[in-house]
Amino acid sequence: MAKLTAAIVGSGNIGTDLMIKLLRSEWIEPRWMIGIDPESDGLRRAREKGLETSAEGLKAVLDTGVRPDIVFDATSAKAHVRHAKLLRDLGIKAIDLTPAARGPYVIAAVNLTEHMDALNVNMVTCGGQATVPMVYAVSRVVGVEYAEIVATIASKSAGPGTRQNIDEFTETTARALEAIGGAKRGKAIIILNPAEPPILMRDTIYCLMEQSGPDIYEKVDASIREMVAHVQTYVPGYRLNRDPIFKDNLVSISIEVEGLGDYLPVYAGNLDIMTAAAVKVAEEYAKYRLTVRQ
Amino acid sequence: MAKYKIRLTDVTLRDGMHAVRHQFSCEDAAAIAGALDGSGVALIEATHGDGLGGSSIQYGFSKEREEDYLRAVCQAAKHTKVAALLLPGIGTVEDMKRAIECGIGAVRVATHSTEADISEQHIGEARKLGLEVVGFLMMSHMTPTAVLVEEAKKMASYGAHCVYIVDSAGAMLMDEVREKVGALREHLPDDVEVGFHAHNNLGVSIANSLAAVEAGAARIDCSLAGLGAGAGNTPLEVFVAVCEKVGIDTGVNLYQVMDAAENEVRPRMHRPIEIDRASLTLGYAGVYSSFLLHAYRAAEQFGVDARDVLVELGRRRVVGGQEDMIIDVAYEIARKQRGAVEAGAQK
Repeated sequence: MAKLTAAIVGSGNIGTDLMIKLLRSEWIEPRWMIGIDPESDGLRRAREKGLETSAEGLKAVLDTGVRPDIVFDATSAKAHVRHAKLLRDLGIKAIDLTPAARGPYVIAAVNLTEHMDALNVNMVTCGGQATVPMVYAVSRVVGVEYAEIVATIASKSAGPGTRQNIDEFTETTARALEAIGGAKRGKAIIILNPAEPPILMRDTIYCLMEQSGPDIYEKVDASIREMVAHVQTYVPGYRLNRDPIFKDNLVSISIEVEGLGDYLPVYAGNLDIMTAAAVKVAEEYAKYRLTVRQ
Repeated sequence: MAKYKIRLTDVTLRDGMHAVRHQFSCEDAAAIAGALDGSGVALIEATHGDGLGGSSIQYGFSKEREEDYLRAVCQAAKHTKVAALLLPGIGTVEDMKRAIECGIGAVRVATHSTEADISEQHIGEARKLGLEVVGFLMMSHMTPTAVLVEEAKKMASYGAHCVYIVDSAGAMLMDEVREKVGALREHLPDDVEVGFHAHNNLGVSIANSLAAVEAGAARIDCSLAGLGAGAGNTPLEVFVAVCEKVGIDTGVNLYQVMDAAENEVRPRMHRPIEIDRASLTLGYAGVYSSFLLHAYRAAEQFGVDARDVLVELGRRRVVGGQEDMIIDVAYEIARKQRGAVEAGAQK
């Protein structure tokens, strides 16, 4: 069957992990890997896997006439602002894994098919992909006045991009809790833990609900478990650490995310949930393009 | 003549907030700041216990809006510079800009002691905005000296005027303080000061603070009557008296801070600041001091011993800010105990 072709821009942790996942896809063929450092491990692996590689950046590659169906951007928010314009002018679909947020937010478990025709979609943050589905699971049952999430990730899994722009993480995640999660107000906190061996990504999600009582608790609990099972269809290591705890109008949910260990070890579930979500969005787009339009 | 000249930062209105569940009102804050003003303390730190943006379910909601609280302090501290605490990952540069509007003149940017590079953005912006900037290496007891030196150098390179060794868990003893403070003093540029922040969980906050001064610290954190997380911080009035006796010039008026502690802080305490079994366990197990009241609540909710919860958190090397782990650990211990009881009943 025909596949859509894809280029990955950025040969760091995210880009390389994404490549490994796309190589398994029935809908997407990763054909190009574009970086800026010819010595990078990501470009070396891409060459080994038979991708065309370039260390000259996205513009140089597009200037040679290369036209992928989809470009995944795993560089930085700053670089993506430039890339977004280049790709828009050429009419190429961009899936943005930086917090640049030029296009609408997509949380794979919640609004996967909402922006099929958008030329640029934004994957929010790893914390957003992990926690927004939980807030949505509560808000589809009962109004959520306020949602707060605490994402704790292993120090080793936070690259220089995350570290230099940690405010972008908290601000973008908080906006997505509201816009996609359905909370009236959102707040996000991120903590880096340097313990050895590295800890799995863990997230606590608190929601202040507009109603409480046994009936509501039961429905919210069921909705949460249903959503966990749904996320597991594309991130198998996504699970509840414990049962959701209800107290008055507060529900507290604790999850952990074990990665598949494609590029970084399994503790980097934060990386995995981001790349798995991006693949899911791309595959959904491919199905739409390859079946509906033809 | 004094052997050493140092400057003191009072943290009653910030670290002390942990001990009152962040419930100081604007009136409380103004009364305490007013009593400190003109005493000779160099800096008054005020915010939620977890810094700007700290008001949350995770850490507890503040009684007052952040801006109102800061304005009340800045107005009452007519002659003293006010600092806000900022933990990157919780607070943001935008929060800092709002705090500047309220009148702060300094910011203390705190990270876990191995994660200084997440403070680059905040320290850099703070310098651009003309603030006095302090870097805060939390949970320094967990981190080897050579690593602390590298992390401190990073903060200095981003623009910090001063870098602190922070004993957030109150787990350090004097030799360790001397070694870690001394190493920073030796390796940081001369124009970057070294500071020390203690907790009294093992009963040695005064002794540790003295050791820090001898090892080259130019700034020490204190709080009135020791009001702070866990068993509290170095008590300001006690430390000032001790410094006078050993020839350390703090520039602080002893009677004024004694009065401030007695008249303004003790009557506002929710519970005495003392080394009870749980706060002692913090120091013993090396756990973040602000976990104390959360651990009491979780222990009560799940019917377990707060000490078991704290020791398990220490074993898992949980860092500052991970208050959510307290509930998870208490829940697990309760389940295990229930499981053991049920298994016993079946035998």
